[in-house]
Amino acid sequence: MKIIVCIKQVPDTAGGVKFNPDGTLDRAAMLTIMNPDDKAGLEAALRLKDQYGAEVTVVTMGLPKAGDALREALAMGADNAVLVTDRCLGGADTWATSSTVAAAIRELGDYDLIITGRQAIDGDTAQVGPQISEHLDIPVISYARKIEIEDGAVKVQRQYDDRYHVVKAQMPCLVTCLAEINEPRYMTPGGIFDACEAEIKTMSRADLKTLDDSNMGLAGSPTKIAKASDKVRKGAGEKITLDTEEAVSYLLGKMTEKHVCGL
Amino acid sequence: MAAMEQSLIEQYKDVYVFAQQVDNEISPIAFELLGKAKDLANDLNEKVVAVLVGHNVKELAAQLGAYGADKVIVVDDKELEVYRTEPYTHALASVINEFKPEIMLVGATAIGRDLGPRVSARVQTGLTADCTSLEIGDFPLNPMPGKEQKHNQLLMTRPAFGGNTIATIACPDNRPQMATVRPGVMQKIEPIADAKPEVVEYNPGFTPDNKYVEILDIVKNVSDVVDIQDAKILVSGGRGVGTPENFKMLEELAEVVGGTVSCSRAVVDAGWKPQDLQVGQTGKTVRPQVYFAIGISGAIQHVAGMEESDLIIAINKDEDAPIFDVADYGIVGDLNKIVPLLTEEIKKALAAK
Repeated sequence: MKIIVCIKQVPDTAGGVKFNPDGTLDRAAMLTIMNPDDKAGLEAALRLKDQYGAEVTVVTMGLPKAGDALREALAMGADNAVLVTDRCLGGADTWATSSTVAAAIRELGDYDLIITGRQAIDGDTAQVGPQISEHLDIPVISYARKIEIEDGAVKVQRQYDDRYHVVKAQMPCLVTCLAEINEPRYMTPGGIFDACEAEIKTMSRADLKTLDDSNMGLAGSPTKIAKASDKVRKGAGEKITLDTEEAVSYLLGKMTEKHVCGL
Repeated sequence: MAAMEQSLIEQYKDVYVFAQQVDNEISPIAFELLGKAKDLANDLNEKVVAVLVGHNVKELAAQLGAYGADKVIVVDDKELEVYRTEPYTHALASVINEFKPEIMLVGATAIGRDLGPRVSARVQTGLTADCTSLEIGDFPLNPMPGKEQKHNQLLMTRPAFGGNTIATIACPDNRPQMATVRPGVMQKIEPIADAKPEVVEYNPGFTPDNKYVEILDIVKNVSDVVDIQDAKILVSGGRGVGTPENFKMLEELAEVVGGTVSCSRAVVDAGWKPQDLQVGQTGKTVRPQVYFAIGISGAIQHVAGMEESDLIIAINKDEDAPIFDVADYGIVGDLNKIVPLLTEEIKKALAAK
């Protein structure tokens, strides 16, 4: 079985967001990580590999430094890594990104399963996975909370708001994964050593034969940014640092003043 | 994506809403979208059209009319009984190709966030995810030398980067202009009595292929909890609550104030509470009248889901917790002491009324 896992390198927001003096995000000061949902997707692929045997190829599109995320994936146990990078691919929206990644996947030849994370923590769109599946004309199952292989088909627990569906799809198929699906494994020392040595295959624009110029990069993106700004937040209110009893009584007074909670 | 010919763009008219239904019951997001669609349609002097997809759903059309749809397009087929990506994509994409909407709104639900991208890729247009504000305006916003300024464009505003930045996006050269919209953000209108929307039935034909996945089982969450997006008062707990048992305190407070318990992502990750109670970027957006944030540090992803609450009351022992930056009233202290006392005092005050 051949599994392709799409990953993205994203700035780490969990360790606290850093701002420039002017209030904009200081991206340079923030560490990058493998996007959490994608890492769960990779772990899901590696578990399928452990259980059924599979060749796992990780693919990312990004700046050359996104190779770090690929090395991490190799150190976790992925077999191959592909970096799609070219200046002309930059500034892509989800349509251009998914068109580009789909074109890269076509170059990789046959596959049975593509796994992506549900969404990346920087853009939060959840669009690229389903759009890749549409470009490749294969079924998609989004929001997976469990993935199994059964009789040559993929069986997935697909999460909805108040229920889940157990869904079976023929392969090839694309599955987008929730971070809750598993606890990703750590890199092993041997894996790290091998990953440093391993070769990362690089694809540039010229390698993507099925990608049309009109579908890539900033110019190939149908959505255009009209304005981007830092979010204006309402200011902090009152901070109450009194003894428990005084604090509760103060708060109760304020709640009564505002007539909330039936007071 | 190649830009559409202007003459073709001009054929696209009216503001369409995907009227999500589950178990033949219309989801609240559909009514919220209709409310917003009515504003947009007024600005454009166009109509509001709901697209109702399912099986034996025609009778739901009247409800959509009551909440603002001038017209309802019903796609009814046995293949559409339960949501599956492919037949629903085929249904909505076919409606778009046949009827040519100028704007297509879809709820950013677990269904819409799967359907939207697949449909937008099929009909070849842009899609802006998880919008929190929509309006009609010019693109570019201000005239730019050497660049045509297009009027009457849909300007779609959404938070990005976990809520740290906010971006306004347009789709000037392709149609329809598509957006998914976060549930709980737009306001539905007061239902119109005796609304009689025009109802059009349309079936593009459904031929199962490999993309029609098979549903083997449907497992509903066995919980009788209220949807936290509908709650007027939320008592929300974070990692600082300490143990799943300690949530008893929050439940008692919720009972006294007539509220519902919700939680942060850390609590879901720890397995203390189910995901449908999660507030935040990867959970639900809520805007209750009162939001108690108890033992919640206030990570930006959490704040993005609750900062529109009318009144935010935070209780946290760490006085530097970022939750205090958005709280109207923030009590610095031990929640184990404060919450039970607050519950007791509110109970007394209510009894005295």
